[in-house]
Amino acid sequence: MTSQSQQYKELSREEQVLQRIEKARSRKAKLKEERITLSHGSGGKATHTLIEAVFLEAFSNPLLAPLEDGAVLAANGGRLAFTTDSYVVSPLFFPGGDIGDLAVNGTVNDLAVSGSRPLWLSAGFILEEGFPVADLERIVASMAAAAERAGVQVVTGDTKVVQRGKADGCYVNTAGVGVIERPVELGVATARPGDAVIVSGPIGEHGITIMLARGELDIEAEVSSDTAPLNGLVERLLDAAPGVRGLRDATRGGVATICNEVARSAGVAVVVDEQAVPVRPEVRGACELLGIDPLYVACEGRLVAVVDGDQVDAALGALRSHPLGEGAAVIGRVKDDPPGLVLLKTSFGGTRIVDLLVGDPLPRIC
Amino acid sequence: MCLGIPGEVVEILDDRPDLAKVDVSGVRRAINIGLLENEKLEPGDWVLIHVGFALSKIDEEEAKAALDFLEGIGQAYADELAALAESRIE
Amino acid sequence: MRFVDEFRDAEKAQALAAQIAALCEPGRQYKFMEVCGGHTHTIYKHGLEDYLPESITLVHGPGCPVCVIPMGRVDDAIFIARQPDVIMTSFGDMMRVPGSNGAFFDANAQGADIRMVYSPLDSLKIARQNPDKRVVFMAIGFETTAPSSAMTVLRAKADGIENFSIFCNHVTIIPAIKAILDSPDLRLDGFIGPGHVSTVIGCRPYEFIARDYGKPLVCAGFEPLDLLQSIYMLMRQLAEGRSEVENQYTRVVPWDGNLKALQVIGEVMELRPYFEWRGLGFISHSALRVREGYAAFDAERQFLVPGVRVADPKACQCGEVLKGVLKPWECKVFGTACTPETPIGTCMVSPEGACAAYYNFGRFTRERVKEATRT
Repeated sequence: MTSQSQQYKELSREEQVLQRIEKARSRKAKLKEERITLSHGSGGKATHTLIEAVFLEAFSNPLLAPLEDGAVLAANGGRLAFTTDSYVVSPLFFPGGDIGDLAVNGTVNDLAVSGSRPLWLSAGFILEEGFPVADLERIVASMAAAAERAGVQVVTGDTKVVQRGKADGCYVNTAGVGVIERPVELGVATARPGDAVIVSGPIGEHGITIMLARGELDIEAEVSSDTAPLNGLVERLLDAAPGVRGLRDATRGGVATICNEVARSAGVAVVVDEQAVPVRPEVRGACELLGIDPLYVACEGRLVAVVDGDQVDAALGALRSHPLGEGAAVIGRVKDDPPGLVLLKTSFGGTRIVDLLVGDPLPRIC
Repeated sequence: MCLGIPGEVVEILDDRPDLAKVDVSGVRRAINIGLLENEKLEPGDWVLIHVGFALSKIDEEEAKAALDFLEGIGQAYADELAALAESRIE
Repeated sequence: MRFVDEFRDAEKAQALAAQIAALCEPGRQYKFMEVCGGHTHTIYKHGLEDYLPESITLVHGPGCPVCVIPMGRVDDAIFIARQPDVIMTSFGDMMRVPGSNGAFFDANAQGADIRMVYSPLDSLKIARQNPDKRVVFMAIGFETTAPSSAMTVLRAKADGIENFSIFCNHVTIIPAIKAILDSPDLRLDGFIGPGHVSTVIGCRPYEFIARDYGKPLVCAGFEPLDLLQSIYMLMRQLAEGRSEVENQYTRVVPWDGNLKALQVIGEVMELRPYFEWRGLGFISHSALRVREGYAAFDAERQFLVPGVRVADPKACQCGEVLKGVLKPWECKVFGTACTPETPIGTCMVSPEGACAAYYNFGRFTRERVKEATRT
C-alpha cells in the first residue's frame, strides 16, 4: 500500500469525503448547459466555468491565462495594460451615477489595478431603436465628466443601432489602455501566508443601489452607487507600499469572489474577519431584508489589495489619506492552510466557509 | 424561506390602514399589517417582517427578559472565569 | 440592528456554551433535530457548532419547504410558465431547483417569463401592471408563508383582479415531524422547534411530541444565541428528567399563535387529502390547496397541469438527508456529482437545504481550521 492511500485510510470518513470533493473541485469544470442562463453573467462559478470551457479553450495564450482584471502587454520596450468591459446595467440612471459613469470608471479601475496609468479609452454603443437622444446625451455627458475626472481620453468608438426590443435602451462597451511605468508585477497569485487583505471602503453600495433603483421591491433607502475612478488612490497606495502583491477592482461577485480568486490562484487560505468588514447600516439592512450576503454584492469604486504583512500600516495610511479610501480596513489575512479556501470568522465567533456563488442574487447590476 | 426580520413601524398609511411603512436599519418598505389587525400597531412598535407581511408584534418586554437571562448567564460565566483566574494552586 | 445584534453576541455565546457543556453527562451522546431550514442555515452561517461539545450532534430535519417539493411539481410549475401570456413569479430560492428538464432558470433561457419576487404582493402588483397577461405566484412554504399567500388572494379578490392566481405548494409542519418521530431509523433526544411557523400555529400543536413520544421540544428564534439558548433549555430538560414544550422565542412567538393568520388560511385554503413529499413519500393531510370558492385564483384549476409523478434520480439521497438519517457528506454523490452548480436534488440547491448549507458553509474539518482562525 502506498503511503498516500495509507494516509487516506487513516482519515476519518468525513475527511475522506472532503478530500474527494477538493479533488472534484480542482478538476476542470465542464459546461453542462446548452443555453446561456443569467448565472453565466454573474461573475461566480457559472461564469468561471463558461470562461474556462468556451473562451480559454478557444483563445488560450499566456497573456490571457492569469485572468486578472487587465492584460499586461510588452510593447516597444515598455509595458501596457489593456482591458475591456461591457455595461448592461438596468436601470440606466440611478442614485450616484449612470451607465456612462460605470463605463468610464470601470475600465479606468481595471487599468489602475493592473498597475498602469490609465490613458485612453474606446467607447462602443449599442442603441435600441427609439431610445431618446436626450438620454444618450446625458450618458455621454457623464462619460465626458468621468473621463476628465480620471484623466483619460475617449479616443475612438463605434455606434450600432438595433431594432426596438433589443439592447434594453443602451449597452456600452469600453476598452482601455494604460501605461505601466512602475516596475510592478501585480497579481493575486503571488499572495503568501502573512499577507493582509485590505478593502478600500464600505462594500455593497452599488449592487444594493441598483437593486432598489429597479423599483420592483418598493424599498426606500439612502444608498447610492459608489462608482468612482480609483487610479489616484492606487497611485498613492503603490507609492507608499511597494509590497502590494495584487489589486482587484471589486465589482460583480463582490469581495467574496475576489478572496476566492486569491485563495485559488495562490493556493492559500484567506481568513476573513466578519466584524472587520465595513458595511453601511443601510446596505446591511437591505441585505438582511432580502436575505443576501453583503460579501457578494457588487461595488464599483472599491479595491481589494493583497499586501505584505509588514506594510499594512503604510498601505492603510496611504488609502485613508485619500477621499476615496477613508473607510479602508484590513478584512482578512492569508494563511497557508487549508489551501484554496476562504474562511470567515463570524461576528458570533464561529467559523464557516465563503465559497463562490453559482449565480448572482442581483442580476444586471453593472 | 423562514427569513423573518425585525423592523420598526414608522408610519401607518392613512388611505390604506392595512399597510405600514417599516424601517430596518435605515431601509424602508411598505408592508402589509393585516395579520396583526388586533394589535393596534403604532409608530415605534416593532414587528417581525416576512415576505412583505408583518407576522407578529415583537414583545419588547420578552426581548428584554431574554437579554437579561443571557446577561445573567454571561455574568455568571465572567464571575467564574474571574474566580478561576484569581485562584491559583501554586 | 435592534433585536438582531444583541442575539449574536460572542461573549454571551461562550457563557452559554460553558453552561451547556456543564450539563453534559460524561459518556453520553446527545442528538437534537432542528426542524426548520432557517435554523439549519443559521447554524452553518454563524458557525454555531464551534460552541457545542463533541457529544452534542445536531441533525437536520425536513423543514425546508423548497427541499420537500417533488420534481413533478417543479415540472408542473414550468408547464404553467410555458403557457401563452403567462408570467410566473417565484421566490428566489426556487429558481434553480431541478425538475426533470431543468429549473426555472433554464426555462427562462428557453423563452419562459419567470420572475423573482420578494413578496406575493409584488406578484399581485405585476398582475395589475400587466392586465393582458396571466400572472401566477409559486406559493411555497410552511404555515409561516401560507397566510401571506392567502392574504394576497383576498386582496386580489377585493380589488377585482382577474389575471392573478397561485400555484399552491404550501405544506404543514406537524405531519413532517410525526413522520420523523415514527421513523425507526432515528434516535433523537429532543427537538429544536420551528420558530416562525410557530408565530402562526403557536406552541400547542407540538404538545403531543412531549406527551406521547416523551421528547422535549423548544421553539427557537433564528439568531445564533437563540439556538444556543434553546439547546441549553433542552439539556436542562433532559438533566431534570422533564419532557415539555418550551418557548425560547417568546419575543416573537405567542403560545396561542396568530388567530387572524389561521383564519385567513382557513378562508382561502383547505388541507389536501394527501401530498407527496420528497424523501418522505405520501403523507395524508400535510399540504394545502385553494378552496373551491377561490377557484378563480387557483392555478391548478386555471391551467390543466400534467400532475405527473416523477421519481427522484436514482443517485439522489435527499430523502434520507431530509429525514436526518444521513448527514450531507454521507450521501454518495455529495460534492462530486451533486454540487451547488450541478445539483441533483433540492437539498443542494435551496439556501436552507442541509447539503447546500454544509457545502457552502461547513465543508471543512474543525481541527484544520483551528490554526488558521486563531487570532
